[in-house]
Amino acid sequence: MSSLPAAAVEASRPDAAATAALSVRGLVKEYVPGRQVLAGITLDFAPRGMTAVIGPSGTGKSTLIRCINRLVEPTAGEIVFEGRDLARLGKRELRAARRHIGMVFQEYNLVERLTVMENVLCGRLGYVSPAKAWLRRFPARDVARAFELLDTVGLGAFAQARADSLSGGQRQRVGIARAVMQQPRLLLADEPTSSLDPKTSVEIMALMQALSETHGFPVIVNIHNVELARRFAGRIVGMTGGRVVYDGPPERLDETILKTIYGGEDWLE
Amino acid sequence: MTRGGPLSLPRETAAAARLAFPPNWWARAAWLAFAVYFVYAAAQLEFTPARFAAGLEHGAKFVSRLFPPDFHRWALLLKGMVESLQIAVVASALGVALSLPLSLMAARNLMPAWLTWPARLVMIFCRSFHPVIVAILFVKAVGFGALAGILALTVASVGFLGKLMTEAIEEISLKQVEAVRASGAPFMSVVMFAVVPQVFGRFVGFVAYETDANLRNSTMVGIVGAGGIGGTLFAAFQRFDYDFVCAIVLTIIALIMLGEVLTMRIKRIFRV
Repeated sequence: MSSLPAAAVEASRPDAAATAALSVRGLVKEYVPGRQVLAGITLDFAPRGMTAVIGPSGTGKSTLIRCINRLVEPTAGEIVFEGRDLARLGKRELRAARRHIGMVFQEYNLVERLTVMENVLCGRLGYVSPAKAWLRRFPARDVARAFELLDTVGLGAFAQARADSLSGGQRQRVGIARAVMQQPRLLLADEPTSSLDPKTSVEIMALMQALSETHGFPVIVNIHNVELARRFAGRIVGMTGGRVVYDGPPERLDETILKTIYGGEDWLE
Repeated sequence: MTRGGPLSLPRETAAAARLAFPPNWWARAAWLAFAVYFVYAAAQLEFTPARFAAGLEHGAKFVSRLFPPDFHRWALLLKGMVESLQIAVVASALGVALSLPLSLMAARNLMPAWLTWPARLVMIFCRSFHPVIVAILFVKAVGFGALAGILALTVASVGFLGKLMTEAIEEISLKQVEAVRASGAPFMSVVMFAVVPQVFGRFVGFVAYETDANLRNSTMVGIVGAGGIGGTLFAAFQRFDYDFVCAIVLTIIALIMLGEVLTMRIKRIFRV
């Protein structure tokens, strides 16, 4: 669903990364000067499909994802999204770029005291003036889409429920609906299943996969569960110590590679 | 076992040095100093049982003269109460209107230091004096009457509401803020959708509390000529009209209780 101007910009880029929806070049992040959490990440993401980023805790997966929409400020490197380097955008341009990048969080990050409908419509806040948003004067088109999306994720009956009255799986569905409400051209998911039970986890991954296919946006997902990554992702990126140590299809992800990513081997038995 | 040697030798000395609850000598010294000062200050002020017993006698006489309350001058009473209520409501509304933006500016988790410090200074300044002192200043500045009372209580409201609201904003969950920010929302929308919902319930509580406090204080500022029932109350005291004093006090208590009931209703309306 990439719009015309973006496609035009991509077409004008002659290099190999031109076909990528997102291209990360030499990304470095230091929270404390001198200690690199991300030690020069370079990755291209195709405009379709799901990419799973796996790796041990504290290896910079969340930082990588948060650097892409600059919830975390990168220290060095480029993040080229639709022909523009996000790392160099000013505040206003960054906000405009963020409108096209949806995000799903580990602990859902719903605004607990707002209703489900209000939470979903948060995805349109980048387009609606603060005054209109405050008065809840969202365009009728957006409201209609929000209802459709809630039906899609199976929560049509919960539109007026307060977010804190929902179960974990339901909350994450609202979180996904909120992200898709942005009509994103890229979806970031930071450990979307880590707080959920195994069955709900599968359902959430399947939901993201389905929405990614129908709406045509690529998904980058951080995930701890290697089995889920194998099952749903078309490409797996393995990280350890702030570096990419594996990048390829799930079929080639064998025990040797898993040992390189996570270290040790006892846990594999 | 490679570290067995070095570990086993100093075990006893290590155990002696490792107390589970080491004494905090500074804390003990502070407690002791406080106890000494308390006794000293009480002695200085003749805070003694004998003095207290003598005072109780006066108290008994005074209380007996309070009853029965005298509601004959109800028109005067009503006029003063209505004015006090108006002062309280107007001052609370102005106080809320001013402290909302101020508390947002003072919140360290959302704003840069160059903005939080001035905002904090304004609040500290507003909180520095008791409302009655501020009322005296305003009576001098704008003359006798309700205007001085409204201004004094507005200043007091900004001081307290601002501080309470700032602390509430600083305790919010930033996860929800992060999510709304990630959608590309402009700052004011982030505030309205991710900050306000988290603090709204507590704000309603604070505002109710401050209105309640203003109701009480509006009866006080009248004593210094800033309008309301306080002037009438003070005059009644001066003339030893203790039965009328009792009527006024009972009416104030009734009003405060009514305010409490209203507060509960309002909280229910806002589902907080």
